[in-house]
Amino acid sequence: MSAEIYRKVRANPRFSELEGKRSRFAYLLSAIVLITYYAMMMLVAFAPEVMRTPISAGSTLTIGVPIGAVIIIGSWLLTGWFVNRSNGEFDRLNNEIIQEATK
Amino acid sequence: MSARKQLLGATLLTLMGAAAYAADAIGAVQKQPLNMTAIGMFFVFVVGTMGITYWAASRTKSTADFYTAGGGITGFQNGLAIAGDYMSAATLLGLSAMTFSKGLDGFIYAIGFFVGWPVILFLMAERLRNLGKFTFADIASYRLDQGTIRSFAAFGSLTVVCFYLIVQMVGAGQLIKLLFGLDYTTAVIVVGVLMVIYVTFGGMIATTWVQIIKACLMLFGGTVLLFLSLSQFGFSLETAAQKAVEAHKDGIKIMGPGSLLADPVNAVSLSLGLVFGTAGLPHIMMRFFTVPNAKEARKSVFVASGCIGYFFMVVCALGLMAIVIVGTNPEFFEGGNTAGKLIGGGNMPVMHLAKAVGGNLFLGFMSAVAFATILAVVSGLALAGASAIAHDIYARVICKGSASETQEMRVSKLATVALGVVAVLLGILFEKQNIAFLVGLTFGIAASTNFPILILSMYWKGLTTRGALLGGLVGLISAVALVVLSKAVWVVVLGNAAPVFPYEQPALFSMPLAFFFTWLFSVTDSSARAKTDKAGFEDQYVRSQTGIGAAAASAH
Repeated sequence: MSAEIYRKVRANPRFSELEGKRSRFAYLLSAIVLITYYAMMMLVAFAPEVMRTPISAGSTLTIGVPIGAVIIIGSWLLTGWFVNRSNGEFDRLNNEIIQEATK
Repeated sequence: MSARKQLLGATLLTLMGAAAYAADAIGAVQKQPLNMTAIGMFFVFVVGTMGITYWAASRTKSTADFYTAGGGITGFQNGLAIAGDYMSAATLLGLSAMTFSKGLDGFIYAIGFFVGWPVILFLMAERLRNLGKFTFADIASYRLDQGTIRSFAAFGSLTVVCFYLIVQMVGAGQLIKLLFGLDYTTAVIVVGVLMVIYVTFGGMIATTWVQIIKACLMLFGGTVLLFLSLSQFGFSLETAAQKAVEAHKDGIKIMGPGSLLADPVNAVSLSLGLVFGTAGLPHIMMRFFTVPNAKEARKSVFVASGCIGYFFMVVCALGLMAIVIVGTNPEFFEGGNTAGKLIGGGNMPVMHLAKAVGGNLFLGFMSAVAFATILAVVSGLALAGASAIAHDIYARVICKGSASETQEMRVSKLATVALGVVAVLLGILFEKQNIAFLVGLTFGIAASTNFPILILSMYWKGLTTRGALLGGLVGLISAVALVVLSKAVWVVVLGNAAPVFPYEQPALFSMPLAFFFTWLFSVTDSSARAKTDKAGFEDQYVRSQTGIGAAAASAH
């Protein structure tokens, strides 16, 4: 694989568009996951009584349980979104860029 | 201090060391009578996986087949295999035991195990697949000096692999002694021999299938156990929680965060080590090279994180229900005293639960699953170690790429056998040692040496050979030094009164140090080599984004 192709791709404005979009999307999702997780950890460390609130009056389960479940399930759904968009939209763009470069 | 409290203390110590890092330090245990059901079921597993190894051997012809199954694993299969690699015996035993003794704290811990995966997907999976061929050193040394950085990265891999192998071996010996009633040494040798057979004959294909089968067995076993246990509470988690609060000595406190996570600095350092250590484990990264392209690499993380997340929630629910089903049943306590010690030690709640709701047959099944789990993890480790020795050190650094395919294969098989021998010997040697510190060391080094070099080589143009080497060394030395000064070595092993370094995990401190010095030694580097290093970034960057030039799948 020659460096020529890499140069061509690099010069293609659509490549900058692709990498900009894809990186922003990846950073955004990482930030959502990490901020939610560390926010929960701060809650645990500094306001544990919040985590001890019952789900509803008289229930034994506390909101700590659904909060945890939402973080796990929610960040898994985000991985699904990421895979969907990357394997669809971004990969299509990517393949077009490669084709243009190898023409 | 009551016996129950001592048990809790001991359990917690083991868990902070073991569960918190997804490793298998089980602690010294009593040998149990031979469990023929478990041995029988395990035998079936071994016969089945040997059949697969025989089949895989006929397909393992090239080095690419051996290291990465020729890149011919699908995303779904690889996702299951990653889950199989990550859901160790400690997640099954340790996390459930933690929920059993501490309630919600166990669940909060489980989340820390999990959140690394989405981040690995977003930031690393695609680039790993596009840049790497066989090992993580391929990526680290892509544009940097081959001799220096490849040797250093291979050394980092081997260190992590060896420490983690010792942890797994000792855990395996203890667990098997307990569940199967086999002698410790026999158990360690059995694990070592099976590992060497899987890897030398079947390479990555056999290892992958062992991990897939094990992941399926574990998900199946966990789900059945969840169903059987929930049926005792009318399928209501609320009822289970109510009864657990009644049965637990801490009462309602178990439904909120407890002492385990009281220190935020410690909690953050632990989770950093966990999240970024996972991203720096060579046997986990290696799994990304087994799929044909970035698309499949992404899919595999989606499948893996789904399985892992589901399994963690199941395991925590099991721990909660075990409080009622196991915690109030004298049959599972030494001397029938429910305030005393659990038979077999603090990590056993889930195994007792299996017996309580599913009888001896189900206990046998779960024990066999636990054994299979250890085999799957050590096989992945051995393969990662063998590839670092044969591909990085032998073929690239010593022979400078002139080694033939046959020679490299021979070296990788010899390396696997050597790693097997070393693992068995160290496993036996460390039987009576407290090895919790090795877990901290493994993840500390992975997070502070492997991870910074890897991420910076992919994301930062300014990284130079000098920066990567010196920064990596700073990470390595500070991680080792802080672990030595922490409680696990300074107090437990060396017998001092108080630890110099008060936290469990060095990552919060050693990781920033590694990043800072890598940056410092890179920006001040004006050598000719540095110019070459930086000039190589553009092409590497395009390849990492587009996959042009990435190793393709071989036809199978």
